[in-house]
Amino acid sequence: MEGAAILDRLRARFGAAVVETHAHRGDHTAVVERAAIVEIMTFCRDETDLGFDMLSDLTAVDFLKFPGREDGPRFEVVYHLYSLAHNHRVRLKIRVDEDQAVVPTAVSVWPIANWLEREVWDMFGIRFQGHPDPRRLLMYEEFVGHPLRKDYPINRRQPLIGPKI
Amino acid sequence: MGVGSFFTSKLDEAIGWARKYSIFQYPFVTACCGMEYMATACSHYDVDRFGAGLPRFSPRQADVLFVVGTISHKMAPVLKRIYDQMTEPKWVVAFGVCTCTGGFYDNYATVQGIDTIIPVDVYIPGCPPRPESVLDGLMKLQDKIAAGAQRY
Repeated sequence: MEGAAILDRLRARFGAAVVETHAHRGDHTAVVERAAIVEIMTFCRDETDLGFDMLSDLTAVDFLKFPGREDGPRFEVVYHLYSLAHNHRVRLKIRVDEDQAVVPTAVSVWPIANWLEREVWDMFGIRFQGHPDPRRLLMYEEFVGHPLRKDYPINRRQPLIGPKI
Repeated sequence: MGVGSFFTSKLDEAIGWARKYSIFQYPFVTACCGMEYMATACSHYDVDRFGAGLPRFSPRQADVLFVVGTISHKMAPVLKRIYDQMTEPKWVVAFGVCTCTGGFYDNYATVQGIDTIIPVDVYIPGCPPRPESVLDGLMKLQDKIAAGAQRY
């Protein structure tokens, strides 16, 4: 299925919940409402002609001080969907503000989202509502803060043993 | 100089000579340097020519700790514990630039040189070091062992 047709399917089914769509060099993206994300992902997985049976990545972007986006929502959570049966892809995005950095979990749709969401929590401090195991994934429990946030000080070290630098 | 002191000095040399050709190493392999470690250990470069061909996978049976690859702050307590479990006499080799200084991982996650955690005898820089560098480092370690340089 062509990327543009996938976006048309989403717009026809979900209407205003699809905030914005765009395509860049063959990559098709839909920015969607946070409240509708689980429903949209379930639709993408279960519709026969879409058949997105794989969540190939779930990550986030911090747009703090990004030129042209100073006023907009700080974070974007990005879902990369792939269909093994049809060999097509689509990217879904949600925009979240810093003071409301909570997103519904996708674990019920794709179990792999469990670790990916733990990584996003660890690195960006975005929480996932309803996650079965909301611990850090990579950093240790004693670690304070979220290192991939743009305001994490680049020289800040938190060693467990050895000299405190 | 009495007879006794002459005898003791020769005994030290004999022990040093024996130790330097029976290095039982513990490979603490965490990253890509491990590939170069394997290349050095295999038949083409053959670390067994230097008597270091038998890695022990328990630190209690090992003499030399080979720290091969990036050490993160999360891994640091594990490395320290492994070092503490080794019996005396023991030596440590920092294999690759990440273990020497942190390398280009100057970030929140990486230990900036394992000598901030445990003492190091020989540094082998390189990203990764070629097997020739590793063998050079190993021979330097042998010189150190033969000279009786130990830490108690």
